[in-house]
This record gives sequence, structure tokens and C-alpha cells, in this order.
Amino acid sequence: MSFFKLLRKSPAIARIGLAMILLNIAAAALAPVIAPYSETEQVGDVWMPMSSEHLLGTDHIGRDMFTRMLYGARNTILIAFVITMLSFAIGISCGFFAATLGGWVDLILSRLVDILMAIPVLIFALVVLAVVGNSIPKLIVVIALLDSTRVYRLSRAVAMDIEVMEYVEAARLRGEGIWWLMRHEILPNALPPLVAEFGLRFCFVFLFIAALSFLGLGIQPPTADWGGMVRENSGAITFGIFTPLWPAAAIAFLTVGVNFIVDWFLHVASGLKD
Amino acid sequence: MDNVYGLILKRIGLGILTLFAISIIFFMGVEALPGDLAEEILGQNALPETVAAFRKELKLDLPPHERYIAWLGDLMKGDMGKSLANGRPVADLVGWRFANTLFLAISAAVIAVPIAILLGIIAALYRNSLFDRIISMATLSTISFPEFFVAYILIALLSVQLIIFPSISNINAQMSFWEKIYAIVLPCLTLTLVVVAHMMRQTRAAIINILASPFIEMARLKGIQRTRVIVMHAFPNALSPVINVIALNLAYLVVGVVIVEVVFVYPGLGQLMVDSVSKRDIPVVQACGLIFASVYIGLNLTADVLSIISNPRLRNPR
Repeated sequence: MSFFKLLRKSPAIARIGLAMILLNIAAAALAPVIAPYSETEQVGDVWMPMSSEHLLGTDHIGRDMFTRMLYGARNTILIAFVITMLSFAIGISCGFFAATLGGWVDLILSRLVDILMAIPVLIFALVVLAVVGNSIPKLIVVIALLDSTRVYRLSRAVAMDIEVMEYVEAARLRGEGIWWLMRHEILPNALPPLVAEFGLRFCFVFLFIAALSFLGLGIQPPTADWGGMVRENSGAITFGIFTPLWPAAAIAFLTVGVNFIVDWFLHVASGLKD
Repeated sequence: MDNVYGLILKRIGLGILTLFAISIIFFMGVEALPGDLAEEILGQNALPETVAAFRKELKLDLPPHERYIAWLGDLMKGDMGKSLANGRPVADLVGWRFANTLFLAISAAVIAVPIAILLGIIAALYRNSLFDRIISMATLSTISFPEFFVAYILIALLSVQLIIFPSISNINAQMSFWEKIYAIVLPCLTLTLVVVAHMMRQTRAAIINILASPFIEMARLKGIQRTRVIVMHAFPNALSPVINVIALNLAYLVVGVVIVEVVFVYPGLGQLMVDSVSKRDIPVVQACGLIFASVYIGLNLTADVLSIISNPRLRNPR
């Protein structure tokens, strides 16, 4: 209810952002219904131009580009979403544990996170993927683990502030266990900053997956995914064919949408008037 | 001043310790595999003799801590081991490519830093003006674009439509300095655009943060001229956050360079690392990873030391 109230007061830019995200989700959810062909079916010549049969032309081995874009939305968004959820599950539980238990649990977890955060995620991920190889489940676990360090930092900091409140102290004196404290006292009060962070992390993970696939180290063909589609079709650009720009633009489109929303969310949360 | 030296030494020590910990993680990552690396790379149907020979070549028959110490010792002497793919010493593969990567990153930084800082300061001083709004929209969009999207747009415009710059940036030692610069115009421009967007937003935020603090309001209320407030009161305090912003983004450049190098087939360290990951050439990947990590940690360390030095409050403790 309060969500709609908030939406009515929202600036145009946030509404545009929301519309952009909804369009992507619709494309992802309805892909099998809308798509004129199947995901891996070769239906024409190589790099055919746009026409009524092939709305966005065909790709480097003659598959329908529009169909691949829809399935790409499905795969890329779904995988990025799963990774972000997993990363939040790991990050929040470790962060809350560190904040409520304190002591050596906090010390060890925090030092480990410091080390993992000392270098870029991409470099770490490349080293790890070289060792373990890259199937989709491995990719999901590796990126979620690396990304959860950021979630850990935030949820630990937020939980530290809530931990010292009287109501937590009261619950503790009442004899509630640590699980109860985390679920009923800390989590509901830590939710607003974590929700904004979810948007940012999703953007980051989504771009990261796209970048890895573009480097040929993420989701492997023939599964359609936007980053990989840019890579496969990159040769076309030198012939003046813009096929690889479509999936790249789609990636940009979704992240711009999410960023518009998050920007507004942070603005509202920070309580600034101007 | 003792206080400051102490802080700086502590920070440097911490940096070295972090790098050490990362080298352990990189090296020991191989240990976490079920089975071992030899089986993993050769596949399930490899002959037991082949696996045993390969294991010996990788020194997997020794216990992990001995291997780590031997590896670290070799590394200190500049010996980074041999590539699994072609048996050449890793140092030979890495050396000149690293120089190329630095060349590209430094060229981008030289252009990006002054532009971004200037735009950031102007946007902060004239907050909520038309200029500020336009530039905020533009940068918010640019940071949402993947690097390769920016790169392909530039290729489509400047290399395919208007045939001005090459879309493949191959450079070699025979080329003169200006030929090299011409070859890297597009990758350099891509990196510049992305970094300027990030850096400008952060500079703007940092300056606005300073301008909102009570001592600036106090100075204004005393009736001091606007330029004097900015130069004498805001600038010294803004220095430390701005230095941090620069270092953070130069460090970001280290990563951005990987993707841009792949797009433009530029013979740099990032390209080598990506190729080696897909070939699973572990020694080369470890070496590249360690170099990127050292540069990244080194930049952050420099930023911290500089901001300790430039912070008036730390320099003159009560």
C-alpha cells in the first residue's frame, strides 16, 4: 500500500526506470510465448538485415536475433537474480552473526572479508574460474561468494547499530535465542538499507555476468545470453552490421532502469529535500 | 608528526600483509579441488601415467606448504614458473604485455583525471543547475553501460562509419610513440569515458559533502568572499577525499582494461589473463592475478598515505 503511495509521489525518472525494468521482466517471463522461433533453431542466412520475419535480423550462424534476445533476457536476468539472492543469503546471515556474536567470529569473518575485498572481484573471479572451470552452478556459487563480501559489510554495520538498541536488550533479557533475535528484531529493522543495496548489487552482478560471458568465461553457448551474444557477433561490426549492439544495448537498458530506481530510492532514504 | 609516520608505516605493513594473504589464497585455491588439478585439467579419461607425470611437473607430489614456499622463493627471484600451454617462462609472456597495459592505462588516466575533477567541481559548485542535471543524467547512464557497449559504439561511429581510427589496436616495439598513440585512440577513449563518469560523480559528491559542513557555513556567515571560502576553507579539506576518488578510479582502470583489451585485441596483460583462463593455464593466471592485485593494492595504499599526509587534522594532532 505504502509502495503505491510512494510511487505516486515519485519523480518521472523513477517511473521511467520502473517501466524499463517491467518491460525486461515481461520479455523474460513471456519469452517462449512471444518468440517466433526456438532458442537454438537456425532459420536463415548469416547476419541477415532487419525484416518483418526477423525483427532484429539473424546472428552469426543464422539464428533469429529477436528470439535470442528474448531468451537471453530470460537466462541472464534469472542467473543474475539467483546469484544476488544467494549472495544476500550468505552476506546477511554472516553479517548478522558477526554483529550479534562479536568476539572471534566477528574478527575472523571481518579480516577474511577485508582480504577478499582488497582486490577487484573480476581478478579474483578469473583466478578462481581458471582453477574450478566454468559450469553455470560453479559460476553462480563463485560470484555469489565474492559478491557476498559487500553484503556482509553493510549488514554487519547495520546490525551493529540495531544490536545496541533497548528493544534488542529487552528481548535478550527475556531469554530469546540468537536466531529469534536475528529474525524478529534485527532483520525487520535492517530491511530498508538492504533493499536499496539489493538493487545496486543486482546491477553489479548482472553487468559482471555479462562481462564474463563477453570474455567467453561465463555462460557458454548455445545458451542465449546477452554478454555472450555480443561476443559471438562482434565480428559483424567491422562490416558495418550493428547486430552485436542489440544485446549490448539491452544490458545497458536494464542497468540504466535499475539505477534510476536506486538513485531515487537512495534520495528518498537520505531524506534530502532538494 | 610522529603520529603521522606511525600511521603511514602501519598502513604499509597492512598492505604487504594483505598481498601476502592474497598470494596464499591464489596459490592454495588449487588445493580446494576435489581430486587434484592434474586430473581436473587432463579430464576423466586420462591415463594414470599421464596424470602422474603431469602431477610431477606441477610439483603436486610435494606437500602444499613446501610448494608455496618454493613458489614464493622463485617469485622473489623473478621466476614465475612456466606456462602449461607452451612451456615458455611466464616472466617472458608477462613482461612486455604488462608494459603495454600500463601504457594504455596511463594514457587514459592522463586525459580522464583533470577532466573529471574539473567537471565534478563545477557540477558541485553549481548544484541543481541545468549543467549539473544534464551531466548527472549523462554520467548515470554511462556508468550503467558495460565497457564493451561503449567500445562497440565508438567502433561503429569512428572506425566503421567515419573511417578515422583503427578498430584493432595492435602495437609493437617497432612503432614510434605517435604511431602507438594513434593505434590506442579508441581503447583509450573508451576507458576515459567510463572512468570520467565514475570519477566525476564521486568528486561531485565529495565536494558537496564538504560544502555542506558547518565550518563552510560559518565562513559564509562571516561574510568571506565566495572564492576565498572555496580556495582557503573548502579546498584543503576536499583534497583528501578527491585523492581517494582518483586512486579508486585508477584502480578501477586496472579492471576496465581487461575488457577493453579483449574488445580491441590489444596485446596487454588482461588479454593474456583471459586467454589463459580459458586454456586453464594456471601459472600464467596466477602471475597475472598477482600483478593486477599488487597494482590495485599499491594504488589504494598510495591513496591512503597521501590522504593521511594531506589531512590537516591528522597532521596537527591536539
